[in-house]
Amino acid sequence: MRNGTSATSPGKHQGAVRALFGPVPLLGFLVAFLTCVLLERAFGEPLAHALKLPKMPVLFGILTISKVVADLLNSVGRDTGYDPATLIQIPMTVIYVSVIYLAPLVLVGRLTAGAANRAARGMQDLPLMIPALVHLGLMYVVLHIWAGASDYRLITLKLTLIAVLFTLSLNIINGYMGEFSCSHPGFMAIGAYISSLFTVGLFVDSPVLGKAMVDFSMAYLTFPVALLLGGMAAAIGALIIAIPSFKTRGDYLAIISLAFLFIVKSLFENIQGLGGARGIAGQPAWSALPVIFAVVVFGIWFMNNFVTSTLGKALNAVRDDETAAEAMTVDTRKAKMTAFLLGAFWAGVAGGLIAHELRYINPAMFGVQKLAEGLAMVYFGGLNSVYGSIVGAVSISILGEALRPLEILKWIVIPLLLILVMVFRPTGLIAFRDFDMRKAMGPKSTL
Amino acid sequence: MTFGFFIQNLINALQWGSFYALIALGYSMVYSILMLFNFAHGDIFMVGAYIGLGVAILLLKVVGTGAAAMVPGWVVLVLTILISMFLTALVGIIVERVGYRPLRDAPRASAAITGLMIGIILETSNILFLGGQRLHFPQLIASQTYNIGGIFVTNKKIMIVIVSVGLMIALHQFVTRSRWGMAMRAMAYDSVVVPLLGVPMNTIAAMTFAIGSALAAAAGILFALAYPVLDPNMGISFGWKAFVAAILGGRGSIMGACIAGFMLGFIEIMTVPAIQIVNRLFQLNVGSNLRDLIAYSIVLVILIFRPHGLFGEAYSARLRL
Repeated sequence: MRNGTSATSPGKHQGAVRALFGPVPLLGFLVAFLTCVLLERAFGEPLAHALKLPKMPVLFGILTISKVVADLLNSVGRDTGYDPATLIQIPMTVIYVSVIYLAPLVLVGRLTAGAANRAARGMQDLPLMIPALVHLGLMYVVLHIWAGASDYRLITLKLTLIAVLFTLSLNIINGYMGEFSCSHPGFMAIGAYISSLFTVGLFVDSPVLGKAMVDFSMAYLTFPVALLLGGMAAAIGALIIAIPSFKTRGDYLAIISLAFLFIVKSLFENIQGLGGARGIAGQPAWSALPVIFAVVVFGIWFMNNFVTSTLGKALNAVRDDETAAEAMTVDTRKAKMTAFLLGAFWAGVAGGLIAHELRYINPAMFGVQKLAEGLAMVYFGGLNSVYGSIVGAVSISILGEALRPLEILKWIVIPLLLILVMVFRPTGLIAFRDFDMRKAMGPKSTL
Repeated sequence: MTFGFFIQNLINALQWGSFYALIALGYSMVYSILMLFNFAHGDIFMVGAYIGLGVAILLLKVVGTGAAAMVPGWVVLVLTILISMFLTALVGIIVERVGYRPLRDAPRASAAITGLMIGIILETSNILFLGGQRLHFPQLIASQTYNIGGIFVTNKKIMIVIVSVGLMIALHQFVTRSRWGMAMRAMAYDSVVVPLLGVPMNTIAAMTFAIGSALAAAAGILFALAYPVLDPNMGISFGWKAFVAAILGGRGSIMGACIAGFMLGFIEIMTVPAIQIVNRLFQLNVGSNLRDLIAYSIVLVILIFRPHGLFGEAYSARLRL
């Protein structure tokens, strides 16, 4: 068992970055990012045009570059004319990203560091709620403006946020509790189906679930109820696994949960009343960006509070040594049960969100592939760490999107990357690190 | 609903179960040595079937087909099975070397992740190089149907069951009679002290992977004989079920894996006529695609009452995470 802090030894290049951004607090970064997105909104199109890029790079230029590389790879061994002129897009994209993102980030970040630090210090003495709301508000504004540039960005951002919630809820079980749960896509499926059942059944005419029962113009106000119902249903499903499998330790949970995943998937495939293998479509489009942002932030806050609570610490003790924890008066069963149901609940909520974002669900979406994806995000980012889940979900999502032009090769690059991470950092990039709101938002030393 | 009908289904179940049993053996053996599941094993089964396809096509090109063939079809079949078992064993050794040996001291869950990822890589490479369409396995031996008192048996079915049972017996002999088999059993018994006594851990682990992969390749070719259409996803759909069989038999138990494999096949095949009977008796209309649901529910119930599987030993393992 690797305990405590992960050993990070800053290398040379890391030192340079640290010297550059060390004194910049989170507030400074947010202001700098705000400048970037405002700059892009004002000058993005003309600059991309001037640099002879086909269109504005949507994903920090990674997508554009990988498209060029993919074109190059596809032309190898084929006679189809390859236009070497597209290679010029790579340096042009680099210029674009430097001008729009990197330069303002460095300049504004450094220049406002003093003021941002003063502001952060000023807010430090206020109740935690106020700086938290300021930071989150700024963050939302940045994301909103960034995503406003194209529909593609919007959907990528939404799916990434949902992936963060899903990953963190899986990390509660696989990281904090130290069991290997395979049933998480099943919980997500339950959440997605139950919340869809609620919204589609009540408010929408659907070929699967019949006519709308209520005509209610403010129906979207019931969306939290739908999410809550989905989460609760997932938690009840989790009870089915938890009751038999918490009697023993070892891989038992992994196996029972795997069987559970197959059963849930097969069940939804066979209930014709829920659309069978074709699933349910036509959910109302209620997963707007502010809704998803709010739910995900609330979920992170909730789960972070749980893992830093006494029960959460007891959970870590149970993971490290169950017998010792029990001797120290930890109610091991209660700790494990709470964690497992909590993880399942938030996976169900994530399922409800994704159902109302894609507005289409079917059982095939929640199979072993989804499981592999979720596990990849958890283990890439790092076990037992809220930061790790965020980093893992965001990086795997963005990587997946950015490598999309490589088509099938993407499924070789991402697994290889993950194998490398596992070989060199078996617990993930940022494992075993506490997420402290106050510290994260506080001022940085100006040296 | 006659007795003959039951026997007919029983024979089908034997055939179906022998695929599960052969694959489940690979899972179980690796678990007994390394205490972890080789999640890439289902895809090794797929790779084995495809290697078998390649070898079979090459051999048929060399010896010719039809009346002009130099050797009868069964010789080609035996050669195909042997050569592909050998080649797939090499694949298994590579998988162990790349995905598991660097993680010998790492948390077990990390090794599970590398296994999953290697599985995805194998599948993707298949789609990348072969285009992802379904391929047809050549007909190596002519199909003959025997009618024994109203029960129809094909020569392939008999051969599949005999070959897989033969392989299981061979494995059992190897594990219980040979020096290497003894080393494997010792390693499964205690993987800390036994390496100190001079038994090479890495060699044993590689050998376990090689044997498991060879059995999976045999299962792949036998599967292709019975259902001669190969597709890249056969590893996921089939491999995970074999994994469930390995669990059902008891982790690390060779006999358990065999019996549970046949049992899972039996449950899956028998579900369909059982649903038909229930439908006829109670005038219901339950779809026969409930097969997976019922099979896994039975497995779940068995595991709730026997947490260590049918033949597994109870042990107090602490999850090394």
